[in-house]
Amino acid sequence: MLTVEIKKRFGSFRLDTRFEAGNETLAILGASGSGKSVTLQCVAGVVTPDEGRIALDGRVLYDSEKKINLPPQRRHVGYLFQNYALFPHMTVEENVASGIRGVPKAERDARVREKIRSFYLNGMEGKYPRQLSGGQQQRVALARILASEPLLLMLDEPFSALDSYLRWQLEQELSATLCAFPGTALFVSHNRDEVYRLCGSVLTMDRGRSESVTPVRALFEHPGTLSAALLSGCKNYSRIQKTGPHGALALDWGAALVTAEDPADAAYAGIRAHYVSLENNGAPNAVPCRILHIVEDVFQTIVTLKPLAAAGDADFSRLRAELPKEKTAGLREGDGVTAYIRPGDLMLLK
Amino acid sequence: MDLSPLLISIKVAFTATFFTFFLGLYAAWKVARGKRFKGVIDGLFTLPMVLPPTVVGFFLLLLFGRRGLLGGILESLAMSVVFTWQGAVIASAVVAFPLMYRTARGAFEQMDQTLLYAARTLGMPEREVFWRVVLPSCWPGVAAGAVLAFARALGEFGATAMLAGNIPGKTQTMSLAIYSAVQNGDDEKAYLWVAVIMAISFLTLGLMNYWTGYQERAKRRAGNADG
Repeated sequence: MLTVEIKKRFGSFRLDTRFEAGNETLAILGASGSGKSVTLQCVAGVVTPDEGRIALDGRVLYDSEKKINLPPQRRHVGYLFQNYALFPHMTVEENVASGIRGVPKAERDARVREKIRSFYLNGMEGKYPRQLSGGQQQRVALARILASEPLLLMLDEPFSALDSYLRWQLEQELSATLCAFPGTALFVSHNRDEVYRLCGSVLTMDRGRSESVTPVRALFEHPGTLSAALLSGCKNYSRIQKTGPHGALALDWGAALVTAEDPADAAYAGIRAHYVSLENNGAPNAVPCRILHIVEDVFQTIVTLKPLAAAGDADFSRLRAELPKEKTAGLREGDGVTAYIRPGDLMLLK
Repeated sequence: MDLSPLLISIKVAFTATFFTFFLGLYAAWKVARGKRFKGVIDGLFTLPMVLPPTVVGFFLLLLFGRRGLLGGILESLAMSVVFTWQGAVIASAVVAFPLMYRTARGAFEQMDQTLLYAARTLGMPEREVFWRVVLPSCWPGVAAGAVLAFARALGEFGATAMLAGNIPGKTQTMSLAIYSAVQNGDDEKAYLWVAVIMAISFLTLGLMNYWTGYQERAKRRAGNADG
């Protein structure tokens, strides 16, 4: 159980985050510069917050009021860095052993051997980090961290330094490691797909501020806020004005919308690009548009639409539709089409 | 043939480099990690590099002279460094210090911070973090600083002349011997010491290049082994 409630200022950037995480994998999802890594650094104790409190399994790691600030050495937090931070002048074996202390040499050696075996590093004991591939380096880093028996695991964008073909395999391995880890794990990422696959709940961060912890599935179905919707991959959004219990005016799309839920105090409506249809599917929301661009992607076609009644030329007065290739055969740039949006697919956002 | 300038030079340069190495390392680490008064302290540590060596020697003489702060303490212990080879060590160490300090500080500041973070979160005590992680990963910079400091200490003239004098067989280093030889019109002797100093300098340079080249080659070999 990890409790974090901290504030820190760096020049004009303000970090203000609070969250709790049980014995699960909590994702911290945010754009670059949203304060994800600084949050981890504060928890690890390598950076000191300005004020707040951090507690792990009932043990206070930091408390500005009680003037408690445990050094990183005594926090027992395992931190996987983006670049893995392997000690370049130590062999694989020495790297893995570097986090084990306070035990007799025989036990230490046994633990190193055990980690080397369970992370498929047999035969590489005497190699130096620069002689290993990116995937092997990550395994060494994880072996080193787990050999030190941490109470909390923190992974900072673990796949960002890897080639895409390696990611999938390492993701599977990491998933197994996370399942076997008994304590809390924090997984920092800006990749919504990784988060969806690996984590149970998610904390979104936007410009230093964190929102509430939500189950991962809920984030994708009901993001709640505009920044969470954008992080979850929603590409279309418009400002709205409530017109009734099931109606709103989309200002940027210039269309009256029928909504499944009461818009209440929502300020935006969002629609995922693959839910926008150009065939009449009987949806009550029909937005007349002109096709601006058609871009062929690997397995789909991306059509950028300009709503005819839209105000202004800003980016969000466009609609992006991602369609199966066979449905876009006859379309040309400049054509007039109608975009259909089902009320149930609309996300109402604050 | 009196070889004493060579022996004195080597004795003085090695001893001075030894002290400067550890003091410079310590100062560089403290300043690189420190936050307050960084500019002032950095300026103070760099001063011997920008001041003329005779001025440094003058200050050292004030400090270590009979009425000086440290000189008084030493005198009460019946010791003095003025006009001794220990004085030459102090003068060389002080003049060589900024080279060691600045090069090591640069290496520490350019070091990958995540290595430091990783060592700490893995529970390594601070002392071990420095000796097992920081120093080995900054070694090329630190070694370069030590070589520069040694070269500077070996060639030291102004401050040494002020504090230790130019006493043949006692404090006369090769640099001072060249000066005396030229003063006395003994060109042959001057040429000899110039040749010796140049030989040592080229040897140092060559060793340093060989060493860095050796490391590069080792790295490349290791890289190829992987595929």
